[in-house]
Amino acid sequence: MGVKVYGMPMSTNTIRVLAALNEKGVEFELVIVDLRTGAHKQPDFVALNPFGQIPVLEDGDVVLFESRAISRYIATKYSEAGPDLLLSGGTLAERAAVDLWLEVESQQFGPPIAALVYEALIKPMLGGATDAAVVEAQAGKLEKVLDVYEARLAQSKYLAGAEFTLADLNHIPYTNYLMKTPKASLVTSRPHVLAWWQDVSSRAAWKKTAAGIPF
Amino acid sequence: MAVKVYGAATSTATVRVLLCLEEMGAEYELVPIDFFTGEHKSPPHLARNPFGQMPAFEDGDLILFESRAISRYVLRKYKSSGPDLLRDGSLEESAMVDVWLEVEAQQYDKAISSIYIETVIKPVFFGGVTDEKVVAESVEKLGKVLDVYEARLSKSKYLAGDFLSFADLSHIPYTQHIIASPHASLFESRLHVKAWWESLASRPAYKKVTAGVPTSK
Repeated sequence: MGVKVYGMPMSTNTIRVLAALNEKGVEFELVIVDLRTGAHKQPDFVALNPFGQIPVLEDGDVVLFESRAISRYIATKYSEAGPDLLLSGGTLAERAAVDLWLEVESQQFGPPIAALVYEALIKPMLGGATDAAVVEAQAGKLEKVLDVYEARLAQSKYLAGAEFTLADLNHIPYTNYLMKTPKASLVTSRPHVLAWWQDVSSRAAWKKTAAGIPF
Repeated sequence: MAVKVYGAATSTATVRVLLCLEEMGAEYELVPIDFFTGEHKSPPHLARNPFGQMPAFEDGDLILFESRAISRYVLRKYKSSGPDLLRDGSLEESAMVDVWLEVEAQQYDKAISSIYIETVIKPVFFGGVTDEKVVAESVEKLGKVLDVYEARLSKSKYLAGDFLSFADLSHIPYTQHIIASPHASLFESRLHVKAWWESLASRPAYKKVTAGVPTSK
């Protein structure tokens, strides 16, 4: 029995998991849980994720939710295949660098970019109107975060060091959407962030994942 | 050589790291960073934590920030001298630890931190006024999250399984403050959550670290 991911192809958190699976060359089945029909609040799905959110990963008897925990699991289970996404063969300091930038994604980068992408891209798709003031406010927060990234990426090719890791990968889904908005300038105006983005988004595994995103 | 934590007992993120150090019996020095003089935004601290937040951590040449990342480093480094709180040796157990750590960061933290920020941080540290509407919304949100915890903890002793893990400890910093507030009823009314909290609060590491943390009670 193979790996199942319950989610939607345009959901950034679902994409985070699919991207990790593709980096590891793991076959999976995407089972659609359509948020627009409220499928995520149905008892069958809540039995898998009591918080009623996508994605969920089912791997044999293992059922996991929270996309960042799922991507860690994939990186750990398949550590021998593809890139060593958690630097599990490295020193404590090297592993700590990965954990640090994973937390920065979760705590500093994630909240403003998610709010910005929602306002600029998702809301219009759902029939709402973008509030430009919200976009500006979130862009202001994200700019300060990206200034830290610019300084970091001037010193190392990838966030955790010389190698591509889960810390870089976890940034790709939301950044991909940011680049489809006028606020792509936040990336294009920062040379090291731009070079990093061009590098990580040109990976074969990402191109495969991106091909499955409907827009 | 003792590791250094740059932060303050009033910083919940600093407390997270101190709890892990105490659980593992590690030797450490807490270097106070003064919030009120803006020391966390000063160049020496920014050199350690470019986001200008507490804590920062130093172990020889290694400098880290983000309390959950620091904590993972501490729990691995001192693994042989304390409880196994990450369960790195088991794929499935470590996955459950990671799930409930993410739940803490993404679901729990967002609801509970708003309550603490509105009722304590804003008035005490910023001279601001509590927004009771935000508090009410956050209390409702936290209640729904705690309903999931109540169901979970009726099936297992701790969050990741029948074993204590970093996922449980990571909840302590904010919860300590809410337990000392009128909103403690959120925890006291849910029997398994209450028992879980009492178990965490009875640990020597908890008592030692939280003795240094001022609460509103």
